[in-house]
Amino acid sequence: MATEILMPALSPTMEEGTLAKWLVKEGDTVSAGDILAEIETDKATMEFEAVDEGTLGKILVAEGTEGVKVNTPIAVLLEEGESADDIDTAGASGAGAPASAEPEPEAAKGADTPAPARAAAPQAPAPDRSPDWPEGTETRNQTVREALNAAIAEELRRDDDVFLMGEEVAEYEGAYKITQGLLDEFGARRIIDTPITEHGFAGIGVGAAFGGLRPIVEFMTWNFAMQAIDQIINSAAKTLYMSGGQMGCPMVFRGPNGAAARVGAQHSQDYAAWYAHIPGLRVVQPYSASDYKGLFKSAVRDPNPVIFLENEILYGKSFEVPVMDDFTVPFGKARVWREGGDVTLVSFGIGMTYAMEAAEKLAEDGVQAEVIDLRTLRPMDTDTVVASVMKTNRCVTIEEGWPVASIGNHISAVLMSRAFDYLDAPVINCTGKDVPMPYAANLEKMALTSTDEVLEAVRQVTYR
Amino acid sequence: MAARKSTKKPNVSAEELKQYYRDMLLIRRFEEKAGQLYGMGLIGGFCHLYIGQEAVVVGLEATAEEGDKRITTYRDHGHMLACGMNPDGVMAELTGREGGYSRGKGGSMHMFSKEKDFYGGHGIVGANVPLGAGLAFADKYKGTDRVTFTYFGDGAANQGQVYETFNMAALWDLPVVFVIENNQYAMGTSQQRSTSTPEIYTRGDAFGIPGEAVDGMDVLAVRDAGQKAVKHCRAGKGPYILEIKTYRYRGHSMSDPAKYRTREEVQKMREEKDAIEHVRDLLLQGEHATEEDLKAIDKEIKDVVNASAEFAKESPEPDEAELWTDIYAETTPQKA
Repeated sequence: MATEILMPALSPTMEEGTLAKWLVKEGDTVSAGDILAEIETDKATMEFEAVDEGTLGKILVAEGTEGVKVNTPIAVLLEEGESADDIDTAGASGAGAPASAEPEPEAAKGADTPAPARAAAPQAPAPDRSPDWPEGTETRNQTVREALNAAIAEELRRDDDVFLMGEEVAEYEGAYKITQGLLDEFGARRIIDTPITEHGFAGIGVGAAFGGLRPIVEFMTWNFAMQAIDQIINSAAKTLYMSGGQMGCPMVFRGPNGAAARVGAQHSQDYAAWYAHIPGLRVVQPYSASDYKGLFKSAVRDPNPVIFLENEILYGKSFEVPVMDDFTVPFGKARVWREGGDVTLVSFGIGMTYAMEAAEKLAEDGVQAEVIDLRTLRPMDTDTVVASVMKTNRCVTIEEGWPVASIGNHISAVLMSRAFDYLDAPVINCTGKDVPMPYAANLEKMALTSTDEVLEAVRQVTYR
Repeated sequence: MAARKSTKKPNVSAEELKQYYRDMLLIRRFEEKAGQLYGMGLIGGFCHLYIGQEAVVVGLEATAEEGDKRITTYRDHGHMLACGMNPDGVMAELTGREGGYSRGKGGSMHMFSKEKDFYGGHGIVGANVPLGAGLAFADKYKGTDRVTFTYFGDGAANQGQVYETFNMAALWDLPVVFVIENNQYAMGTSQQRSTSTPEIYTRGDAFGIPGEAVDGMDVLAVRDAGQKAVKHCRAGKGPYILEIKTYRYRGHSMSDPAKYRTREEVQKMREEKDAIEHVRDLLLQGEHATEEDLKAIDKEIKDVVNASAEFAKESPEPDEAELWTDIYAETTPQKA
């Protein structure tokens, strides 16, 4: 039976092309692989090969014709025994049902809504406000460093599939002493010193997670993880989706993030907003020692890649940590550190130090601030923020990261869409300044946000 | 088709030869069909065909055992077919349909099968190399003697993370066979324009990784080299490098006009070095098969490929709800 040769799509974006030149003529015998024609696409001139064998019975589109739509019949191929007289263009079988040549119209996709549409009328959400540990539980004063070290050790004890790799994590016991004692207890099979090779060991960690292990990959600081960010985003975050759910990446990437003290531009950057942008990642940035412990244990157990953003300055700070056999904190649940009705302060990680200090000072002046620690940025407990702002009608966000496309920007947008009518003032984002981190002590201080800036922002949103 | 000179009698059974013929032919016919469906607009985006390189995966798969793993870059259709994945599921992924291995969410470059230990299908050149070492790391950590075949091209061999991986794989004796499929062109850049030292297999020297160059148009040479490499890895001696010299007949992707090489160069490879014709000659000359036998195999393969194309056209597009699934894995109960 005669077969129609159709105008081919020769690039991802081609919808039509020019039939520049025929390289065969009617009556020629062609076999698979022979070049039939030259076709100009939007990008280049391409040679078009035959996929079937036969005799070229008729050319339907003359050379030099422009604007030939993809899937238009351009010639007819005859099988053995057929002649050109057999051609009935209408009756010739296509080489297969053509795909819908016209792209379907793009439906309005609601690009402005981050999630499936929700009810338009703002309703006060009822977030989970249960305490992190049962009342009456004994607590112990611990540094963030001690709590995090204990969390890692507990997870290593619980599951042999958990291992830790990174630079100086084993024999040196951690550049920031987070992994102290782990090599002694767990041995070199599970506590693995890597060469200085972030891209490589991040990828090996992801591969090990694909292979069924539960890696903890330490970056000496998150600044160095930029060398590895392709593996974190393209390999770790996207594979579950790309594999239709077959293969996930259960692992934790952890290390200190953000400014420390006087280490300059390349070692002082907050990556909260960078990673919070990526679907497929969990992003955690804890403040208190109990959250470091409870959230880290949840991170190791989570079946997804988790970005665990620590802070060097917080490592030495002490907090109450519950004495429990297996203390975990769930993702996606903010913690309200202070309740108040006058203004909502939203922060996370080291930003909380400014928020808490500001709240104390405000209380001295009779202003009651509600202080919310987001704790996890993905998932983010926006319900708690929205419910609070519906009560206080004012909001200030605090973070050390840069101002453009910051976490505070996102919260502002959420409040605009979910609590617009409740806002009595524009939301103010206190952030790091829009500059690389300077080295000089005075300039570094200026580049970060501060308690004073938070106080000034509160004055503005409360019109005092 | 000029038969290649062979100085020694190949150490292979008639059944094995027939299997290699069948496996290579399946890849070639499948890829030709994929090219055709692309031309019809049924396959979109980037589509990188494996035509010409069939002997590489077929020769190496002949050395693999149950539980061995494989991972590659985006020219991955051949690897999937060679490790036994269903052509229907692969073709339906190419057309972006529900019946595809990733339910239409991955596409040509991003396909996986946990069941067949095929770990992708990765779109970023070089990124799959540390991932492959990580799979090998997991096997070693668990105390198995399984091996991971980590495939990449001559182009990827210039990525820095490949050498980071060589270092750690050698340092930790990871059971990984690094398979460099040298098809001589990194997209449109020939090897001599991109690579300071052409003998890529020697690049393990700096790390103490043994390597060798292999004729990738000879499935038996590939298989023999593969056996040696796998034995090395399984014995716990660490990684091994195979630089397999091969050739792709088609463009880098469907939209490549291939102006960087002559039509004659391609034609010469096809006529003088074709891996499928080579096995066909061995079968006929050794009287292991008749023309009729081979015609029957051709027909059988054609039917499988046509059926996969039909399946891929008829399978529906994924349900709209799929947009929002598989972003996060559900939390599962943990070991106490």
